Amino acid sequence: MMSTYDELYRKEWQWQEGDLTVTRSMQWSGPGCHNGCGLLYYTKDNKIVKIEGDPNSPYNQGRLCMRCLNLTESLEHKDRLKWPLKRIGERGENKWQRISWNEALDIIEANVRKIQKEYGPESICGMVGTGRNICWQVPLLTYAGFGSPNFGYSFLSGDSCFSPRAAFIAVTHGDFSVCDCSQFHEDRYDNPEYKVPEVILIWGNNPIHSNSDDFLGHWIVELMKRGTRLIVVDPKLTWLAGRAEYWLQLRPGTDAALGLGMLNVIINENLYDQEFVEKWTYGFEELAERVRQYPVDKVAEITWVPKEQIEEAARFFAQAKPGAIQWGLKVDQSVAGVPAAQAIATIGAICGFIDIPGSNIYIRDAYDILSSYGTGYEEFLSPEMRAKRLGDEKYPLKRMGVGPTAHADSVLVALETGKPYPVKMLWIQTSNPIANMGADAPRLYKAIRTTDFNVVVDLYMTPTAVACADLVLPAGMSPERNGYKTWWHPLRSTSKIVQYYECKSDEQIVLEVGKRLAPQNFPWETDIDLINWMFSRSATYKEDFQTLQQKVTDYQKYEYKKYEKGLLRFDGETGFNTPTGKLELYSTLFAEWGLDPLPYFEEPPYSPVSTPLKSKEYPFILTTGARSLEFFHSEHRQLKTMREFHPDPLFDINSEIAAEMGIQEGDWCWLENHNGRCRQRAHLDPALSRKVIRAEHGWWFPEMEGSEPALFGVFDSNSNNLTEQCQNGPTGYGAPYANTICKVYKATEENSLDLPSLVVTRKGGF
Amino acid sequence: MSNYNRYGLLIDLDFCTGCHTCEVACKQALDLPTGQFGIKVHQEGPRKLENGKWEYTFVPFPTSLCNLCEDRVKVGKLPSCVHHCSPGIMHYGTIEELTAKANAKPHMVLFAPQ
Ligand code: SF4
Ligand code: SF4
Ligand code: SF4
Repeated sequence: MMSTYDELYRKEWQWQEGDLTVTRSMQWSGPGCHNGCGLLYYTKDNKIVKIEGDPNSPYNQGRLCMRCLNLTESLEHKDRLKWPLKRIGERGENKWQRISWNEALDIIEANVRKIQKEYGPESICGMVGTGRNICWQVPLLTYAGFGSPNFGYSFLSGDSCFSPRAAFIAVTHGDFSVCDCSQFHEDRYDNPEYKVPEVILIWGNNPIHSNSDDFLGHWIVELMKRGTRLIVVDPKLTWLAGRAEYWLQLRPGTDAALGLGMLNVIINENLYDQEFVEKWTYGFEELAERVRQYPVDKVAEITWVPKEQIEEAARFFAQAKPGAIQWGLKVDQSVAGVPAAQAIATIGAICGFIDIPGSNIYIRDAYDILSSYGTGYEEFLSPEMRAKRLGDEKYPLKRMGVGPTAHADSVLVALETGKPYPVKMLWIQTSNPIANMGADAPRLYKAIRTTDFNVVVDLYMTPTAVACADLVLPAGMSPERNGYKTWWHPLRSTSKIVQYYECKSDEQIVLEVGKRLAPQNFPWETDIDLINWMFSRSATYKEDFQTLQQKVTDYQKYEYKKYEKGLLRFDGETGFNTPTGKLELYSTLFAEWGLDPLPYFEEPPYSPVSTPLKSKEYPFILTTGARSLEFFHSEHRQLKTMREFHPDPLFDINSEIAAEMGIQEGDWCWLENHNGRCRQRAHLDPALSRKVIRAEHGWWFPEMEGSEPALFGVFDSNSNNLTEQCQNGPTGYGAPYANTICKVYKATEENSLDLPSLVVTRKGGF
Repeated sequence: MSNYNRYGLLIDLDFCTGCHTCEVACKQALDLPTGQFGIKVHQEGPRKLENGKWEYTFVPFPTSLCNLCEDRVKVGKLPSCVHHCSPGIMHYGTIEELTAKANAKPHMVLFAPQ
């Protein structure tokens, strides 16, 4: 019998379809992704039979990407962790014994108490990766459970993902701004207030391939269908760049210079919004003075982008009604990450493309429900303990609470040197830093093995777990956990609908460990109680998890032009949430902290300009961290469907130079520099600059031997053998993941005798 | 079946991003093993054109295995590839309906797999 579409795809939370139960939820990982698309789980007998996109989700309108469509393969994968494991061999031997959760909690409690007593709570570091919904849970455990101020990203050098952008814009705009693709309206493109941006400036990301920050790349395509035109800043010809009005193919790491060059054009040709600048911004004169140091000729020379293109693109953007900027990870990944973010955001700001429909709009977490890395920091730690956070002594932004994490590079140095105090325990949840997150993977490998005790919580046995864990705990995947997402809007729920062996959700794990260590700080019985406590801290959210679960998504009305309505400042006045009440083109706080208050460009530590001699030996500029559709960072490598589409690690090289070097499509090659080497297969790209190599990250090989020396081949193809830690900007933020140097040569049998994993684990490193 | 009643897939080549969603959606719908595809995305370019622009286009091609999701369509669902296509640029319908749509905009391909 034919059903109507509305009967098949209902708006309630759960219904029956034949012998299948259908549950509406969202994918907020793991396996990972930053998006949270609405989907439908079809279950029978505690098993997910199939997954479809939820057509009633305004976020993704039923559409999914290949990773979610393939989720069933991950849920039932034979390699999944099923119960807690205790190490029985040496670290690196990959020998484990199954234990009960109770025994695991006993071991954790004993070790934590011992380390707390001998070295102080601050010697325990909580760490997360990205992607799974663990933004507040591990921080809470670190502050309220371990009593340590040291929660941070696991060795992400310069915290250079999102944080540099977020920190800078918090200081100068007082909020965070995103490209308006109508995502905050339940009725999306039909919303009467919404306006399609005439031009989107896509900077340093390919949102179609990257799981950008709560931003679905295909929204841009929806806008293109509705007339939006593009400017794309990217060394690589992405599909979007191929369809752009202007593709600015810049030299990796010169984003700040390009931004300043565009500002120069917009200011000198009077293309900016004079009324907005006068009324709502602070420091325009100083900015205008600064951009004079970046004439377009000079910028063209620095960035390799032809002068005319810079000028035309700047005019094209400034004259849009309105324009919007979609910026991404690569903005953060240079030493000059913060000034780059400053230059780019300033382009939109002086054009007045701020908080109006179809521009860059300000957004906070739904109902201001906390979900940040700072959760519990003030409440559970004394000022004395907070003052011990690693990196705070060096970086005022951290000290002033702008960045809510311990500085990742400072944690590494403390591990290595015992200074300012020793680090004796790592709690790593959802992170595989030696596979992708930290720069200089071999260096991390050494450091993380020096502690007294490490716990890794994950979905699968990872190289990081084999290398350093004493205890491995199995985490639940998306449909195995109750959770919520307040990363902007809407407020969304995930529901636990199946149980896999003894896996527990991240919330459950944090709660149970917390209860053992500091019961007074963890008075809740269940994960749902804990979530309801998080909700209860919001001044505006009056409902509980059960209600949200029934709704699945909850949209608040979105207000534009908040600065005119007194909706941004805590004192209720109009203006921006900054010391001057204005959008600060010149940062008064940076000036106070002894930092440059204006955007500036600085050469990457290794480049043809800053290290010409070294660049003779290593003639290519290397960008790492290239994304693909199949994988999220180091995840998904077990899945046969994803590997069918993408079996091996790939690097992009210009087709002509490859031909000159005798390199053909698919050839295994070595990428090498002064720091180390890795091998990947060549993908020939006719559009890439002859001087740039673009390498993927996150590769390990679950099909290989897990024990050392192979260690799942984690160093063999690891582009982070070539990047370095501890090269941050003066803010503590930014690191040159995307702009170092390398040479390339074909892999042969002779030059591949000692693979990097063997070199690192058995031969003392490169 | 008369031509009038034939069904097909209409795909907008301007906006197919090559995201491979349709391929995986189809593999799930037809329960296909490794190496088999009911629809396969082919790539044209990137190639620089004489006008300085780039040809960089994807064409999803339904194979002989495509049965237009007969089981799904029977119960009133859209074909899996159409339902999930990330930018929503695949359309399912009768050849007549799709021809009308194709006439309204350039750069479309119409497949009638069966
Ligand atoms: S972007 Fe892809 S992986 Fe992420 S939630 Fe959406 S469909 Fe799933
Ligand atoms: S319509 Fe054809 S190509 Fe599309 S999912 Fe169904 S069987 Fe596969
Ligand atoms: S799902 Fe849609 S956009 Fe993606 S490859 Fe297939 S047809 Fe193209």
